[in-house]
Amino acid sequence: MQRTRGTYMLILTLTVGLLVFSFVTSAGDLGSFGTTLLSGLFLGALYFLVASGLSIIFGLMDILNFAQGAYFMIGAYVTYSLFHMDALKGIDVNLRFPLGVLAGTIIGGLLGAVLERGLLRPLYARPIFQLVLTFGVAIVFGEALKAIWGTEGYGWSTVTSFGIHQSQFEIFGRQFGSYRLFVVAVGVALIVLIGLLLQRTRIGIIIRAGVEDSEMVEALGINVRAVFTMVFTLGCAVAAFGGAIAAPFLGANLGMGNAFLLPAIAVVVLGGLGSYMGTAIGSFMVGLAVAVIARFASEFLNQTVWASITPMLLLILILLLRPSGLFGKESR
Amino acid sequence: MADANNVLEVQEIHTFIGQFHILEGVTVTVPSGSITVLLGRNGAGKTTTLKSIMGLTPPSQGSIVLEGQSLVGRRPFTIAQMGVGYVPEHRAIFRDLTVRENLAIAQRKGDDLERRADFIFGLFPDLKRFYNLPGGNLSGGQQQMLAVARALVPENRLLLIDEPSEGLAPVIIESLIEAIRRLSAQTTVLLVEQNFRVASILADRYVIIDDGRSVVSGQIQDLVQDEALVQRYLGVA
Ligand SMILES: Nc1ncnc2c1ncn2[C@@H]1O[C@H](COP(=O)(O)OP(=O)(O)O)[C@@H](O)[C@H]1O
Ligand SMILES: [Mg+2]
Repeated sequence: MQRTRGTYMLILTLTVGLLVFSFVTSAGDLGSFGTTLLSGLFLGALYFLVASGLSIIFGLMDILNFAQGAYFMIGAYVTYSLFHMDALKGIDVNLRFPLGVLAGTIIGGLLGAVLERGLLRPLYARPIFQLVLTFGVAIVFGEALKAIWGTEGYGWSTVTSFGIHQSQFEIFGRQFGSYRLFVVAVGVALIVLIGLLLQRTRIGIIIRAGVEDSEMVEALGINVRAVFTMVFTLGCAVAAFGGAIAAPFLGANLGMGNAFLLPAIAVVVLGGLGSYMGTAIGSFMVGLAVAVIARFASEFLNQTVWASITPMLLLILILLLRPSGLFGKESR
Repeated sequence: MADANNVLEVQEIHTFIGQFHILEGVTVTVPSGSITVLLGRNGAGKTTTLKSIMGLTPPSQGSIVLEGQSLVGRRPFTIAQMGVGYVPEHRAIFRDLTVRENLAIAQRKGDDLERRADFIFGLFPDLKRFYNLPGGNLSGGQQQMLAVARALVPENRLLLIDEPSEGLAPVIIESLIEAIRRLSAQTTVLLVEQNFRVASILADRYVIIDDGRSVVSGQIQDLVQDEALVQRYLGVA
C-alpha cells in the first residue's frame, strides 16, 4: 500500500515537472504550451495502442514482440492505400476511411494470427529463438512494405471523412487540429474498453490469471494455446488499428515502425512489465516527455534528434533507477 | 491388470525434465473412493508424479489410465476436463485475482456453481467472507483452502493434492484435515504429504517414492506399524 502511494506521487511529480518545464520554456506562450500538450496526448494515445499488446503479450506469453511496430506500420499502409486507391474512389469518402481502418485492423490481426500459429508456437520451449524470430519478422515486414509501396513515404491527401482532418479548434488564440483530439479520444476509449475486457469478462479473468501462471490456468481445463493465439491476434490488431487511425495525420512511411516500437518498449518498462494500469499511464507519460523534449530541442537546441532518442534515454533511465517500473512486481 | 475399482492406474512411468531422467519407473494405483498418499523424501519425485498425471511434465514411457481412458499424450487442459483436479504445491493461487475470480476461472460450461458454492463454502467458510478480496491478501491457510476449493468447482473424479499442510500452523492443519476428509466422501484423492502424522490420519493407502521410483505400497496402518520401513525411506520415526 505504501508503495502504491509512492508510485502515484512519483507519477504526479514527473508529470507536473514535465508540464512546468514545458510551460516555463514556452515563455508564457499558452498556444505553444497547448500545442505541446496536445501533441503529447496524441503520441500517448498511439503509444498505448502499440504498448498495450506488447505488454499483455509479454505478460501472458513471455514473448517480447519486436514486430509490434511493424503491425502499426502495416495498419497505416493498408488504410492509406485503400483510402487513396483509384478503384475505391467511388465509395463515399465518409465510408472509405472507416472501411480502410477496419481493413488495416483485420489484416494486422490476421498477420498476427499467422505469426503466432505458424512461427512462434513451435518455439514455445525456446524463448530466445522467439525473440530473434519476432525481430526477424519485423525486418521481413518492413522489406515487404518496401517492395509493395516503395521507399518513399506517403502524406495523406487533404480529403478525409467527416472533415475531421481539416477541422480545427481554437484555444489561446492558436489553431489545433481536431483530428489529434479525435485520436486522443479513441485512445482513451480503448484504454477503458480493454480495461473492461480484462476486468469484467471471463476471457479477461483467464488472461490475468495466465499472466500470473499460465501452466496453472491450463491445469484448470483451459486451452491456453488457444488463448495465446487470441491474445496475440488482438494485440497485433490493436497496433495495426493505431497505425490506421494515425495515418491521416502521420501518413505512411517506413520509419513509423521503430518510431512507435521503441517508445512502446519504454512505456512497457516504465509501467512495469505486465501491468495494464502501468501501460496506460506510462503511455501518456512517455508521450508527454517526447513532445516536451521535442519542442524544447527544436526551439532551443536546434536539434530535432533529441526527440527521437528521448524514448531510449527514458528507457535507460528507468532501467537504472527503477527497473521494476511504476507498477511492476518487486521481483518475479 | 485393469481393475474397474481403480479410478487411476499409473504403470511404470518414466519422465524427463529437459535432459534429466526424473521418474524412472513409478507405479501408483488409486482405488475408487480412497485417499492414497505418495510419501518420500524431498526431491524423490512426488510432485513430478502428479505433474506427469496432469500432463504438465508428460511421461515418455509407461501408461496412465483414468477410469479406462488413457491420459498419456493428452494436453493438460483435456486431462483437467476429463475430471482431474489439481492442487499444486506452494499454494499456487492467482494472487491478483479475487477469491470469486479464482473460483470462477475453474468453472466449466454446465457447472452448477450455485450448488457447488454451498458445498465449497460449507467446507471453507472463510472463503465466503473474503469473496471479493484478492487472493494475495489471504493468509497462508486461507490461500491453501482457496487452492483446494478451486479444484472442487467442477465435479472431478480425482483430485491431486500436493503437500497441502506445508508451512501451515497446527490449528489450520487440523481444519484442513477435516476438510479433505469431508471432500473425499465425494471424490477420490491422490495426496502428497510430507507430514507423516497428517498422512497417516487421512490416507487409506500409501505409495513410497524413492529416487524417482515407486518402491513400496500398501495399507497405511501397516506402514504406521513398520518403523524400519518408515525410517528407511522417510527418515522419520
Ligand atoms: N524443472 C526441473 N529441472 C530439473 N530438475 C527438476 C525440475 N523439477 C524437479 N526437478 C528434480 O526432480 C527431482 C524430483 O522433484 P520433485 O518431483 O519436485 O520432488 P518432490 O516433490 O518429491 O520433493 C528433484 O531432484 C528435483 O531437483
Ligand atoms: Mg514436491
